[in-house]
Amino acid sequence: MSSSSPPSSDAARDFLAEAEEIVEELGTQLADLADMAEKGAWEPDLLNAIFRGAHSLKGLAGMFGFGMIAETAHHAENLLDWLRMGKISLTPAVLELLFSSATLLTTLLRACVDGTLDQHQAAASAHASAIAACLNPVEPVSAPPLLEQLGLSDSLMGALTEYEEHRLKENCSKGRHIYVVHASFELTTFDQGLAELTDILKGCGEVISTLPSVGERIETHIDFDLLVGTDRNEQELSALLKHLDVSILLAGAAKGDTKAAALSDRADFQPVAVTASTPETADAPVALSASELPSASPEEAFSAKSMSRTVRVDIGKLDELMNIVGELVLAHSSISSIANRMRTEGFSRMAIDLGKAAKGLERRLTDLQKGVMDIRMIPVGQLYEKMSRIVRKISREQGKKIELKLYGAETELDKLIVEDIADPLMHIIRNAIDHGIESPERRMASGKDERGTVRLSSFQKGNHVVIEVEDDGAGIDLEKVKQKALSKGLVQDINGMSDREALDLIFMPGFSTADTITDISGRGVGMDVVRNNIAAVSGMVDIETRLGQGSRFTIILPITLAIIKALIIFCAGRTYAIPITSVVESLILEPADIKTVEGKEVINLREQTLPLLRLERLFRVERVGINPGEQYVVVVGSAEKRLGIVVDDLLGQQDIVIKPLGPAFRALRGISGAADLGDQRTILVLDAGGIIAETMRGSGA
Amino acid sequence: MKTFTILIVDDSAAMRSLLVSTLETLGTIATVQAPNGFEALRMLPREQVDLVLTDINMPDINGLELLSFIRSNPMYKDVPVVVISTEGSRKDIEKGLSLGANEYLVKPFQPEQLLEIVKRFL
Repeated sequence: MSSSSPPSSDAARDFLAEAEEIVEELGTQLADLADMAEKGAWEPDLLNAIFRGAHSLKGLAGMFGFGMIAETAHHAENLLDWLRMGKISLTPAVLELLFSSATLLTTLLRACVDGTLDQHQAAASAHASAIAACLNPVEPVSAPPLLEQLGLSDSLMGALTEYEEHRLKENCSKGRHIYVVHASFELTTFDQGLAELTDILKGCGEVISTLPSVGERIETHIDFDLLVGTDRNEQELSALLKHLDVSILLAGAAKGDTKAAALSDRADFQPVAVTASTPETADAPVALSASELPSASPEEAFSAKSMSRTVRVDIGKLDELMNIVGELVLAHSSISSIANRMRTEGFSRMAIDLGKAAKGLERRLTDLQKGVMDIRMIPVGQLYEKMSRIVRKISREQGKKIELKLYGAETELDKLIVEDIADPLMHIIRNAIDHGIESPERRMASGKDERGTVRLSSFQKGNHVVIEVEDDGAGIDLEKVKQKALSKGLVQDINGMSDREALDLIFMPGFSTADTITDISGRGVGMDVVRNNIAAVSGMVDIETRLGQGSRFTIILPITLAIIKALIIFCAGRTYAIPITSVVESLILEPADIKTVEGKEVINLREQTLPLLRLERLFRVERVGINPGEQYVVVVGSAEKRLGIVVDDLLGQQDIVIKPLGPAFRALRGISGAADLGDQRTILVLDAGGIIAETMRGSGA
Repeated sequence: MKTFTILIVDDSAAMRSLLVSTLETLGTIATVQAPNGFEALRMLPREQVDLVLTDINMPDINGLELLSFIRSNPMYKDVPVVVISTEGSRKDIEKGLSLGANEYLVKPFQPEQLLEIVKRFL
């Protein structure tokens, strides 16, 4: 290797500093690689990073005139190249050689400083021969896949390095699906967007190449084509990326021997975003001769077919469908009630027939409703992946050791709810790590495992889904919370404040327990926003905490927003709906049972004090009509945080479709939307969580 | 008269400063540096770049991908690009040139080689 003119001492210092950094990094990365190799599988990305290190060092040393270092780095690079290209396998002997390369490089760098480089010539040569002896290619097991059949564009294929091409082949050989994910980002912020996208993709597969490209808005945007290999099917992948504005193209999904057939099936490289229409399996190519086709076992036949069995549909279309179903359900209830009225008014024969027909319609409708609902359902597990990335990121940033335990990933929830719950959930988890989990030192000092645990679990409970975030951190110091609220002027008096009330302070706008605003939680989003976001999907959130032992956040959500069961109530001349998710029970109110505590009405329910709320006072409306005789109490809330809403009448349960109120009413507390009752009446839907919050704050009842 | 601006893309800081100190001997030029393909993409619209010198082997967005982007973007497609890489096989050089590189310089090189190439674009 030729060397350039002797570098200046400044340049040499630059070189040494960087070379040392590279070699140090090589050592750490090799240790990681050894760990992974022990477990049987290593990341191609890691090996490539090690290769890049050796490669940079070789280039650098060459440029700065350190021939022997460049030589040694070159041999190590060669060995790494053979490894990453799959020409040799990662045996303990190879690993040993890599470690000794790093050691030798360290020695040589030190010798540079001392000016004793010449003394190491023999060692360097011996090492070079040891590596050369190792470079015997393994026989390729099978013919490499033909990349042409992927139908990738020339610009994409043209920009692939040899290594990237190799990775593409590897991914094909493993039977992974190959996608081109196209994204467009604003020029000013594209690195964040691209990093997020890349993170997600790396979490479920391999990003083989990232090609910047030119989109429609070249002045303001930059586009990227990411070549990705993953086991996920189109549906799963698009679900993972749904919050990003990307399009996904399936390049080919090869599986074992059916590869050729599968690829040529897809040679024209169709976008996956197929709208619901004809299945495309019908026009399979006939060009393949029978001998070329592998013996078609049922399983293999399925693998080729399954690619076209998924249909991606815009969620808006599902919404529309769900709306229609919702309206049909309402139409059905009017028919039923007509049938009932007819029966009571004596049209017996026809009334019975109509009633029967209505029953039949109801059964079919229930099937239809369930069918449409099922389409919208996705497993909560999709959120988990996002959360575990966040946990990894934050724990790294904060130097905390955290184990994230995930339970109930298969619990299904409406896609829209999953989407809307992602941010609040992320915030709760951030809080748990930031404020909850202590530093390793503090944990050790208090006799805990230095590794903190965050448990994320989901399960279905009756008509709703519960998501819990539990940490074994420091818990919430309620005294501190009270003081903070007092000092911020959020409350005037903290004397005699119960723990429950104190915990609720956290949800007040403008509250933050952090003494210093950190990068993690101090993003200007408080727990009040978290609660509002959860309430927006008719959910509720509750906290339990034990000082020194940890906290648990419980989020209760309806399974779907499209149609929910609600209790229809009548109060002060108006009709309202309360989502059944928030209703605990209802009982008859005995006026004699009402007691007054500090001017607030309460009753005693099974040895517990239940505060009462009168809607007309909360909403400051005049009572319309006569005073009712008997009244009822609808108990809403969860755990200890309960409230009795006093109502004049219970009108029964009904399926309702919640429609959001316009932006003008967004600030309205206690109302989550409006619903159509099917008899031309539109009623307001109460947000129990919001009402409880409002009441606890003392402005309500 | 506007100064001739050269964008240097290389993940090695030492390499970048070596290139800068070599180029400075030309006098009338300005240099901007990017440690990776990402940064280069950000700098292109901000700086009026007259020449790009790029390494190939970089994480995330490599030099070939950067080159391919420059050539496909109407705003930059005429900006000359010199690939400076340790990859010196014929295949590598051909690949770089076929993607539209104006020159391909294999590391290690003599400062005069670089200067000679750059002077052609001034």
